[in-house]
Amino acid sequence: MSKENDLTKIPHEILQEAQKAGLELEEKNRSGTFMHLNQQTVTSKVNELYESKLELMDIKAALKKYPWLEEYRWKLVSKDKDEYTKRVAEDFSGGYFMRILKGAEIAFPLQSCLLITQRNLEQRVHNIIIAEEDSKAHIITSCLQHSTVPNASHLGISEIYVKKGAMLNFTMIHQWSENTLVRPRSGAQIEDNATFVSNYVCMRPVRDVQMYPVAYCKGKDSRVSFNSILYGHKNSLLDTGSKAVLTGEGSKAEMVSRAIAREGSKMIVRGMIEGHTPDCKGHLECKGLIMDNESFMQSIPELIATKKGVEITHEAAVGKISEKEITYLMTRRLSREQAVSLIIRGFMDVGILGLPDALNKEIKTIVDSSAAAD
Amino acid sequence: MINTSSGMDLLEVKGLTVKVEGKTILNDLTFTLKEGASHILFGPNGSGKTTLISTLMGLPGYEVVSGQILFQGIDITNKGVDERAKLGIIVSFQNPPEITGVKLGDLLKLCLGKSSTDEFSPEEMAQVVAFNLTAFLNRDVNLGFSGGERKRSEILQLIFLKPKLLLLDEPDSGVDVESLRMISTEIQKYIEETGSSALIITHKGDIMEKIKATYGCILLKGQFHCFREPMRIYEDIKAMGYEECVACRIRTSEGWKK
Repeated sequence: MSKENDLTKIPHEILQEAQKAGLELEEKNRSGTFMHLNQQTVTSKVNELYESKLELMDIKAALKKYPWLEEYRWKLVSKDKDEYTKRVAEDFSGGYFMRILKGAEIAFPLQSCLLITQRNLEQRVHNIIIAEEDSKAHIITSCLQHSTVPNASHLGISEIYVKKGAMLNFTMIHQWSENTLVRPRSGAQIEDNATFVSNYVCMRPVRDVQMYPVAYCKGKDSRVSFNSILYGHKNSLLDTGSKAVLTGEGSKAEMVSRAIAREGSKMIVRGMIEGHTPDCKGHLECKGLIMDNESFMQSIPELIATKKGVEITHEAAVGKISEKEITYLMTRRLSREQAVSLIIRGFMDVGILGLPDALNKEIKTIVDSSAAAD
Repeated sequence: MINTSSGMDLLEVKGLTVKVEGKTILNDLTFTLKEGASHILFGPNGSGKTTLISTLMGLPGYEVVSGQILFQGIDITNKGVDERAKLGIIVSFQNPPEITGVKLGDLLKLCLGKSSTDEFSPEEMAQVVAFNLTAFLNRDVNLGFSGGERKRSEILQLIFLKPKLLLLDEPDSGVDVESLRMISTEIQKYIEETGSSALIITHKGDIMEKIKATYGCILLKGQFHCFREPMRIYEDIKAMGYEECVACRIRTSEGWKK
């Protein structure tokens, strides 16, 4: 397996920022680490204990090593989908290939970090994840742009395969900057009795994010769950959502999103569940808080059913923080500001992400510190 | 509420008139609450009991048109909810709100003056266990809690806040027998140990089996009637109904602060 490890290429302060976005530099509690800085993969290594359980390498190296990988490339996301996919198809600088081997259970998460430190860069990556049969793993991927970089964009293609009986929990944390244009394009395929959990956390201000990952629940009793915690502030534009296509017998989809809009942010929170097989089930929950008169929030839940027996539901609510809740907490000796802050932190409850305790704690720290920073 | 006790006044209310949504609910109330004593407030639905407790706590929506509220000699009439809570007045709600994502465990720690990353001490944890709330620590506050679970959570928060004055709005409504026995025992224990005072709204007498209340009165149409021993008031209400209390003018003048 090719191994690269050169953290010295990365400026110290950006490593510190990456830590705030979930990167663990010591790698003690990680099964593997991948880092792509600007247009180059700088780290790609597997913790020794996990060498027989997983593979992690740059996608370009992987495509050379495994010609069969072409069968997995551009299959869940179409090259011609839009101008961004076309640009990545033309040329890209790398990305990760993660493969969790058959039956392997990975206790510690795999981590990946995509960084931008160059001005006016258009970072283009292509990632492929294969969770083989009966494997179980957590992935945490942090994406960030150095706050001093004036302008940049990130185009990322991700194709994720969750094979029979596998469980994959994928948590993406975006810590872009007020100058980043972000266009992820992701697709996942879920086989028989397999589970895919896709979490998205966006806490820092970002110029413009637009993403709409799709999960195809093809397998019998396949499950997908999309959860997102979105904090739109300082004129952020977030147009995000997810889509589940249920074609497998007894397949299930769940979507939970919590969105906060303030300081002139514009947020469009979408969700679509398509039920194309009898006895598939789905539920979509979208809660939004709008904090001022300068922001905008739109919730667009959509349900499509094409077979008798489909059972899909949604609930969406957009509003302000309840005065009754604030007063209640003030009777417990909190000031109004402390009460509002507690309600906001509670609203962005990382408990919805279904993470193991240790990782849950880490993500909670990230979310709480970003929410408290204002 | 009557002046037969030699105890000091903890709370003094003078000529309190309160409007809710423009309508007068409490009319020129004057009374005191004694230090180290429990006071029971009876009254039919809509008589203004919750309005009184809410006004003492300073909740929004309760407009003090005239009058004064003094707590330990400090005028709190215009103080905010959190200021009154810091002075030692704590309310337990009849219908507390659900708060998405805020965990009961974290709220209890806040009540203890701890941060959410702190741990409970063994004694504090023993109280959580005694209140049968261990399984609820990691659940959203009040979300999906039963009546009894809500009440246990309210009373434990209250005890953790160590108030000087407990305002309890129907701690016995919607509660199973076992929970009621448990919470009233714990309230009495707290009051005895700390020498604090309580004002308790109730429709039933069961709570007085455990809580030793010296003073009682009836609130009817925004005015007090019948200041006397709570158990006797309760027996009278059961026997004659609230309307008899209105008719009974003699008792009305019985116990006012001179």
